[in-house]
Amino acid sequence: MPALLEVDDLVVDYLTPTGRVRAVDHVSFSIEPGEIIGLAGESGCGKSTTAHAILRILRPPAQISGGRVLFKGRDLVQMDERQLREYRWNHISIVFQSAMNSLNPVLSVGDQFVDMIRAHVHSSKSDARERAMNLLQLVGIDRTRIRSFPHELSGGMRQRVVIAMALALQPEIVVMDEPTTALDVVVQREILQQIEELQQEFKFAVLFITHDLSLLVEFSDRIGVMYAGELVEFAPASRLFREPKHPYTVGLMNSFPPLAGERLTIQGIGGAPPNLANPPSGCRFHPRCSHCTPSNPALYALQTRVKPELQLVGENHTVACHLYGDGRER
Amino acid sequence: MRYLVRKLGFYLSALWIAITLNFIIPRLMPGNPADTLFASFQGRMSPQQLVALKASLGFTSGNVAQQYVTYLWNIAHLNLGLSYSHFPVPVSTVIADDLPWTLLLVGLSVVISAVLGTLLGIIAAWTHGSKFDSLLPPILLFLLSFPAFWISLFFVYIFGLNLHWFPTAHAYAIDQNISLNWTFIGSVLYHAFLPASVVVIITLGGWVLGMRNNMISTLAEDFITMAQAKGLSEKRVMLMYAARNAILPQVTSFALTLAFIVSGQVLVESVFSYPGVGYDLVQAATLNDYPLLQGLLLIIVVAVLIANFVTDLIYVRLDPRVRQEA
Repeated sequence: MPALLEVDDLVVDYLTPTGRVRAVDHVSFSIEPGEIIGLAGESGCGKSTTAHAILRILRPPAQISGGRVLFKGRDLVQMDERQLREYRWNHISIVFQSAMNSLNPVLSVGDQFVDMIRAHVHSSKSDARERAMNLLQLVGIDRTRIRSFPHELSGGMRQRVVIAMALALQPEIVVMDEPTTALDVVVQREILQQIEELQQEFKFAVLFITHDLSLLVEFSDRIGVMYAGELVEFAPASRLFREPKHPYTVGLMNSFPPLAGERLTIQGIGGAPPNLANPPSGCRFHPRCSHCTPSNPALYALQTRVKPELQLVGENHTVACHLYGDGRER
Repeated sequence: MRYLVRKLGFYLSALWIAITLNFIIPRLMPGNPADTLFASFQGRMSPQQLVALKASLGFTSGNVAQQYVTYLWNIAHLNLGLSYSHFPVPVSTVIADDLPWTLLLVGLSVVISAVLGTLLGIIAAWTHGSKFDSLLPPILLFLLSFPAFWISLFFVYIFGLNLHWFPTAHAYAIDQNISLNWTFIGSVLYHAFLPASVVVIITLGGWVLGMRNNMISTLAEDFITMAQAKGLSEKRVMLMYAARNAILPQVTSFALTLAFIVSGQVLVESVFSYPGVGYDLVQAATLNDYPLLQGLLLIIVVAVLIANFVTDLIYVRLDPRVRQEA
């Protein structure tokens, strides 16, 4: 059976006045039906850009410069505007990181459901409203809130509304672009539980994007870690949690304190993400990597000059790092 | 409803303050109105007549407080005194005669300019970076930088004096009587064409650039991306999501402009000798016609307040966020 969604060698560039900036650099992964995939990384690593590319909602100056995005075998990159409109939301929907800003402030919640439903399904206005009210109820919001305007709802309620909207047409995939970042911890927890319950009920696949790796570990089936536009590690969640391979993944894991247990010193990752207009040579992580020192000249030369390729290091576990395998070019 | 009452209260007190200032300011200006009038009769008026004249103008009792009470009383009865420059025609008659012409000329051209400009702004922003979008703003800025009187004179010279395509003065042909038939309406539109074009040309840029800039920043909002991701049609995203939000500041600008309609485009009306209140304003100022000046200022103030009040009402309809504060 082919994957539900296959991202194949995707390249996204930002065309800036000073030249191309490669935000997503030959990224490949696939999503199976009903699977929760996590995509983690620091700000600016290209995870959101990847998500937007999947829906083809990139804005200039960003553009897809290469690769394919296959949904059930159909390449989205080749679709025209009309085909795209049909595909969006019907098959794949998105929840943005700021629920505050993803609703139109001058239209009522109901109107924003209705126009979306009617753009895809042949239905009367009252039927669409009825459907919208059922969806609100599904995410635990009072049916009468259909008449509310976005500013009359709390942050958590707004995010629920957006989630209800994303599920409206029962898409096969829901992209969640940091859906809980703008919310406080308690509401975050509630929303995540709700997403989990809904996912178990409706069996949609999720592409969950966050910088919070600890959150992904308990929530998703497989996790991809991105650094500087590249996928550096991809593994089942439990495996990644037990034995992260890439030094960057290890660094991300160590950035979160355990709630219980001894007091630890958080290590984090030194330095800042690289400038993508002029990325480091060799392994892009090498300037920040503690395993990269001139004390091992052979390895050091490799790390600073040769780009590591993704290689299999365990069951379904790939990593792009010179520390593993032969590290030679294939 | 409470919102409405509160707003109404605010506007009434603003009106009172404006009326009071309108009373004070002309009295601080140099030059004595009665003497001006006296001088214009070139000695053919006796001092007794001058006293009587002052009395008729409300300047009898030197006490300012009493003058103020009389002033308020007169305004309440729409008795704005007699115009010196049109003596002995009452100010209210002068304004009533000229205001419709200004409302027609400036009102019509401002509405055309605002609607056309906003539409062009929407298109420019939606096709951001296209040829249309990169050419339109510089051209409009170029036009915007010409002074109104210069374009007016230019139009009078080229289209009026040289080509004889359009008349160079007045609101309608002299051989016409004011009546509601097509010949007269045709004559009015024919006379209004040049001055209206000038008003459109000098104001269009503001509307286009304003709308374009609002809309470009609105287009960067997440809800626009979300609307696109929802698979809505381009037209719906452009109008109901982008333009619908970006138009709010334009409504405010429009209200402010509505108020200026009443004061007329002073320069345009002067160059085209158009019988509107802008023309009156210049005359009143140069001839020390205090009652007319006060009357005009009063009308302008009332217009500003009414325009603002109407904007508040429209805004409440357009923006639900304002409604909640009500």
